[in-house]
Order: sequence, then structure tokens, then C-alpha cells
Amino acid sequence: MEVFFSQLINGLRVGSVYALIALGYTMVYGIIRLINFAHGDFIMVGGYTLFFTVPLMTAAGMPPWLAVILAIAVCAAVGVGVEKLAYSPVRKKGTKMSTLITAIAMSLFLENLAQALFGANPKQVKTIFNLPNIGNVSGNTILTIVLCVAVMLALQVFVQRTNMGKCMRAVSEDKEAAILMGVNVNRTISITFAIGSGLAAFAALMFVAQYSQVTNTMGSMLGLKAFIAAVLGGIGSIPGAMIGGLVIGMAESLSKAYMGALTGGVITSAFSDAIVFLILIVVLLVKPSGILGKNAGEKV
Amino acid sequence: MSNRKDRLKGSLINFAGLLVLFFILVLVMQSGVVSSYVRGIIVQCFFAIIMVTSLNLVMGFLGQIALGHAGFMAVGAYTSALLAKAMTQANILTATPAAGVVQFLICMAAGALMAGLFGLIVGIPALRLRGDYLAIITLGFGEIIRVIIQNLKIAGSKGLAQGQAGQPLIGIPVMNNVYVLYWIMVLCVAIMFTFVRSKYGRAIMAIREDDIASSCVGLNNTYYKVLTFTISAMFAGVAGAIFAHRGLGTLSQNDFSFLKSTDYVIMVVLGGMGSMTGSIVAAIVLSALPELLRAAAQYRMLVYSVVLVLVMIFKPTGLFGAYEFSLQRGLKRLFGGRKEAQKA
Amino acid sequence: MSEPLTNPASDTPVLEVKNLGINFGGLRAVSEFNLELHKGELVGLIGPNGAGKTTVFNLLTGVYQPTEGYFKLEGRKMNGRQTHQIVAAGVARTFQNIRLFKQMTVLENVLTAFTKDLRYGIVSSTFRSGSFWKEEKAIEDKAMDLLRVFHMEDKAHYVAANLPYGQQRKLEIARALATDMKVLLLDEPAAGMNPTETAELLDCIGIVREKFNIAILLIEHDMSLVMKICERIIVIDYGETIAQGLPAEISKNEKVIAAYLGEQEEEGPIC
Repeated sequence: MEVFFSQLINGLRVGSVYALIALGYTMVYGIIRLINFAHGDFIMVGGYTLFFTVPLMTAAGMPPWLAVILAIAVCAAVGVGVEKLAYSPVRKKGTKMSTLITAIAMSLFLENLAQALFGANPKQVKTIFNLPNIGNVSGNTILTIVLCVAVMLALQVFVQRTNMGKCMRAVSEDKEAAILMGVNVNRTISITFAIGSGLAAFAALMFVAQYSQVTNTMGSMLGLKAFIAAVLGGIGSIPGAMIGGLVIGMAESLSKAYMGALTGGVITSAFSDAIVFLILIVVLLVKPSGILGKNAGEKV
Repeated sequence: MSNRKDRLKGSLINFAGLLVLFFILVLVMQSGVVSSYVRGIIVQCFFAIIMVTSLNLVMGFLGQIALGHAGFMAVGAYTSALLAKAMTQANILTATPAAGVVQFLICMAAGALMAGLFGLIVGIPALRLRGDYLAIITLGFGEIIRVIIQNLKIAGSKGLAQGQAGQPLIGIPVMNNVYVLYWIMVLCVAIMFTFVRSKYGRAIMAIREDDIASSCVGLNNTYYKVLTFTISAMFAGVAGAIFAHRGLGTLSQNDFSFLKSTDYVIMVVLGGMGSMTGSIVAAIVLSALPELLRAAAQYRMLVYSVVLVLVMIFKPTGLFGAYEFSLQRGLKRLFGGRKEAQKA
Repeated sequence: MSEPLTNPASDTPVLEVKNLGINFGGLRAVSEFNLELHKGELVGLIGPNGAGKTTVFNLLTGVYQPTEGYFKLEGRKMNGRQTHQIVAAGVARTFQNIRLFKQMTVLENVLTAFTKDLRYGIVSSTFRSGSFWKEEKAIEDKAMDLLRVFHMEDKAHYVAANLPYGQQRKLEIARALATDMKVLLLDEPAAGMNPTETAELLDCIGIVREKFNIAILLIEHDMSLVMKICERIIVIDYGETIAQGLPAEISKNEKVIAAYLGEQEEEGPIC
């Protein structure tokens, strides 16, 4: 039973990171209907930024986690940059297909740029948090979960109560109408990207705090699973991203721990990745709009 | 519409062109310039051509994004490799080189059928979705296939009864007879070409342009989508078989990752979605180039991704667009004078 | 445009619609829609924006499945069937926003509609058998004949996207008439057209009626067009039929006038 409980907590932690990433995905998809394949790689950008700035912070005598502020700034800048330089021009002239291909291209670009600049070997980041354990659960884990919930709540409030939030919702519902209502669509899109990418920096912080390593490919699998989480929860829905992230995190954790036992060794823990993909396939076939999403049909 | 005489002339010209290319190949191979390294590149070009043209059927002509093409290649590769190992162990068709070719053809066919079957299984549910969702679900299936293969006992190390999961498969019979592979590639491309220039091609292009209008002119969208997807997967299986039996004699599931699928997507997009010619050119150039530019390997993907974004901004349909090279037309232009060429 | 042709209505209606309706999770987009359409008739379907007219078309072509009622084509029940099956049975349609296969040529657009006449399979196609060439030639001839009826044969190899708007609409109608169509559903064909194009459209519809003797159900906002060519008119508002009858009666019907009065309806180019 203890094992189960600790796996569950583990799953919540992993899931919280997925949820943070999924929030970014869902916000961007909600507003420009694009699966930003490069989103996972924004995390990598955040990770490398932390690799450089954490020592800076320590040298300056400040708590290491303040480095995340710089990371957020860098990630947001990269996010907005990618949007303005690549996605926006393609969106104007291209089709659905070309925007998706552009996203894939940006993902490849970021991964390979990082490899060219920093090499393929993983870089170690010093411990960021020195938190006490509560019971059997590490302080890191609790912080991750709490942070995730806090961010989601803050985001929900932002989107529902503020003016910019209203603009975001307007643009995601009907871009043309929003333009007619005087919404500065380009600025709204940029801000959405900035927030989404900034969230990636948070996710990078929590990931690095746990695993201490950054490599240029750390973003791709993380991003993919977080995307699955966003779809599961209902893409475009902020609470949905949270739920989706936690479910995927727990599914992965529990399947790693129990799959072997349950199936008599036929399906081992190596299949946990495939299990996550299987969840995606089932969701897309049974209820593509996800747990909390709404169906938007095409007007004939 | 062309009449019988014109069609015959066209077919003869095309066949003659293919023969000329073949003889050039023979000359090159016999000249002694070709090391096993260059032979490897030639074989790589062949299966890349088949992969890219088959992916173009789905991406360019049908207009759907498929990110799991390497998965079907894997199915074809492993099926063919394992069957070949089993046949070799049982001493079936191993006596002479000619027998070896026949063994290869049988295994390749098995690989193609298996890949086609998987294409059907994946296609039926997946093609109910569109755009982004279809892209992700094909990616998911590709990854699932890869993970399954990775964990199959019979597909690792010595394979079959002596297999160990998680290891690269070794000891695969080698088939690198460039002449045989050339004609297999030609056959594959020809079949795909006839598919595209027929009611099937028109149907899938109509679905690509507007799938609501296509059903309203009486086309059964699901049928054509699944059919095309399955055929595309089958040819990926053929390419997989060729890949499995190339010089090295080993197969690793790393050869079929999502990254590989993206490689082929890039080739299709750059070559031109809707142009078989573009696919062939892109396959050759982008397969040979990395080998020739070994030194700058780490910058390869960097350059590709930038080029890809630029192409998406300035020519979203790809470099060749929907252009198709026609030998007949080309010759007319060269030799027949202006008036004749305009009539073609 | 000459006056509408009078046709003796045959006894069995080509299209029979009984109490057709659809419920979108509480919103009754269309309810109790009834219609009997006879061969050669031209009936107009009008109503304010959002009244449910296109929804009726979507129901009749299987794009939506009705939640109540049914419709029969030549006596055969059609609801529950998929779009391509209904089309193959003989229901043709055009769209409010012209849906052509933009990157294909004019001829190819029409050829797609003849696909159901092609019997050859993959093997025949791959080996380019005699029947392949014969069947392809046959539909190409039929397609060119069709284009000739609409005076578009000289544009056969133009890419559809390059045609002027009026010609695109004509092509869409031509494509819809490819094979053995019994009913033609025209969804706001005159939308976005200037007076010259509208006059050409009237000619086009006239040709269709003359050459194809087909039943037509027409959605339109251009009242002068509707009054000119429709033999009967059905008016719907909020999914319900509020009036049915001859053009003269409809134009004086109080309910109809009330339904339209609340509208900021304006004639003229759509911005």
C-alpha cells in the first residue's frame, strides 16, 4: 500500500510538471489553433537558462530559485520571437498544414541550435531547493504540486477577470469579430505566447529541481506527453490542462510501477510511454474534445 | 485526350528513359569507382525515394499530415528481416545469388503486406480525425509500434528463437544488388504514379481541396482516405525491407524513431507536396547530401529547419509545387520546336 | 428571364419531406419541415438570416442526421444514409460559400463528380487496361458535353481558383449536375453577385431547367430573383415553417413581413 501511495504522489509531481506545460500548450492552441510542437523545446530553453543563471544567483548571494525570473524572461522572449518570425508570416499565407510543419521545424531548430551551442552532453544544474521532507514526501514534490495549482488558479483568474484575459477569450472564439470589436489581435497573440512560454520556464524550474540535468532533447518527450495531457483535458481549457496533466502523470507513474506485475511480465515498464500514447488514441477516438473541452464543428 | 498511338509513344519514351538511367547505373557500378560506401548511398537513395513518394501520397495528394511513416517502415523491415533469417536458417532459397534475390523478394512482399495491414489498422480510426489531431495520432501510433518492436523478444539480437528484447537485430541476410533494387524502386514509383493519374488521384485531391464538397459530389471520403493510407504504408514496408537488408545487416529500433519520420516529412515538404518529381529529387538530394557533407553534420538539421520555415513562408506547397516532369514534354521542347511543345 | 415553365406535376413527388427536424442539444434548429417537390419544379426556400435554411439543406444531404421526421427520394427513405450515398442516389447541391476544388482544373472538378460512373479497379488502373482508357474517355466526353451546355468548354483546363466569381458559381452548378441528378439544392447562388452576374445566373438556371428537367430547391435572399423564378415559396423562421404558397401570396403575407421587418436586411454587395 505504501508503494502505491508513494507512486501516486510521484505521479502527482510528474503530472504537475506536465500540467504546467499543458497550460502553455492549451493557451496557445486556444488562441491560434496551432499545436506548438516547439513548446516542449521552450522548456529546454528555460532549462539551459537556469543552467547559466543559477550559479550567477548563488555567486551574488541570492537564493538560486530567483534565477527563474530570468528564465521566464528568456523563454517569453523566445516564444514571442518564434511567433513573430515564423508562425505569424506562415499563418498569413499558409494552410493548416504549413503552420504545423513550421511548428515542427521550429522545434528541430531549437533542439539543434542548443546542440550546436552547448553540445550534446547533459549539463548538471546545482540543487535549487533545499526543502525539508514532510513525512515520506520530499519538499520538492510538495512545492511542485502547490506551485502548479497556484499557477492554474492565477491563470484562470487572469483569463476570466482581466481585460487582457477577455481579449484572449474573444480572439480564440472568433478572431474576425474580435478585430471588429477593436481588439489588438497581434498584441493579444504575442502576450498569450509570452505567458505560455513563461509557464514553460516554471516547468523547467520544477523539472530541473528534481532531475538536475539539462540536455537539448529534454523538451521533446516532455512536450509531447504534456500535449497529450492538454488534449485529454480538453484543449483550450485551463482547468482541463491541469486535470489532464495529473491524469497522465499518474498513469505513467503507476504503469511504470505495476505494469510488469499486472501482466505477468509481458508488458514491462518500458511500455509506459506507449501507454500514454494509447491514452491519447483512445481519447481522440472516443471524445476528441477531451474531458472538459467543447466540440467546435465546422460551419457548412 | 490522348489516343492509342500517342499513349504507346509516351510509354515507350518513358521506358527508354528508364533503360538509359539503368545503363548509366550499370556503367557506374562496373567502372570500379564505386566502393561499398557509395553503394550504400545509392541504396539509401532508392529506399528514400520510395519512402518519400509514398508519404507524398498521403501528405501531398490527400493533404493529410502523417507523422508516423517510419513506423510502417519498421513493420516492413522487421517482418522481412525475420522471415529472411528464418528462411536462411532453414536453408530455403539460399543456394545461389539468384535464389537469394527470390528469397528477398518474398520477404519484401511479406513486409509490404504486413505494413499494409498495419496501415489499415491505423488508418481506419486515425483518418476519422483531421489536421492537427491526425498528425498527433499518427505520431502516437508510430511511437507505439516502435516501443512494441523494441520490447519483442524475437526482434532483438540474434532474433527469432534466440532473440533478446531491446537489442538491435543482427545477422540479417544482405541484399544490396543495386540492379534489382533499381527496378523495384521504378516499379513502386510507377504504381504510385498510375494511382495518382486516375480516378483515385482525382478523388483524393478533391478530398484534400474540400472534403465536404467531395462527399457532396458522391465520393466516399473514408474509403479513399483509408485506401491511400494503406497503400502508402505498404510501400513504406517495401522501403523498410530494402533498408533491413542493406549492407550492414543490422536493424535497431532507433532507425525508426519519430525523428526519422520527421526526416521524411521534411523531404516531402521541401520537394513539393503533390509532385512525384519533387519527392524523387528531394529524396536523392537530401539522402546524398548528408553523406557528402559529413563534416558539417551537426549543422545539417539546423539548416534544414531554417530552410523549411523559409519555404513555408514563401512557397507553402514546396519547392516543386505540383509540377511533374514529363520526359515526353522535355524531349519535345528540346527537339520538336516551340509549337510542338506547346501542344503537349 | 422567361417566366417559369409550367410542368404537369407527376403523382409521386421526387422529394418528399415529412416533419423533418433537428435538435442541437436543446436548440431546435429546424422543426416539422414538410415539402413535396415534383420533377421540374422550382421551389424557393426563404427566411431571415439564421432561420435554418442551410440546415435544411444539410439535413437533406446527410451532413446532419435528423432527430425527427424523414425524407424520401423517389420513394426511398434517405435519412440515416451518409452524404455520398444520398448524392449517389440523386441529390445534388451547391454551397453558400462556393466550394470548388480550387487547385484542380475546371475539367477535373467536373470529372470528380463522374467518379461513380467509373467501374475500373486498382489493378486495371495500374496496368492501364483497355477498360481503363475506355471508361476515362467516356467520362471525359461526358464532362466536356456538360461544360458545353454551360458554355465553359474553352475554359476546361483553367485552374478553378483563377475563374471569376460568376464563372466559379456556374462551374459549381455544372459539377453538381454530373450524373443523373433528380434534385438540385442551390444555396444562395446569387450571393455576392453584381447585377450582370445575377442575370447570367438566371440564364444558367434556365438552361438547367430546360436541359435537365430536374427539381430545384432554391435558398435565396435576393427577393427579385426569388419572385421571378420560383413557382412556390416556403418561408421559415427560427426553424419553423411560417408560410407556404405562390409568390404573390407570400409577398403579402403578414407573418412573413413581420419576420423580415426585424432584420437589418439590405440588398447589395456583401462587405
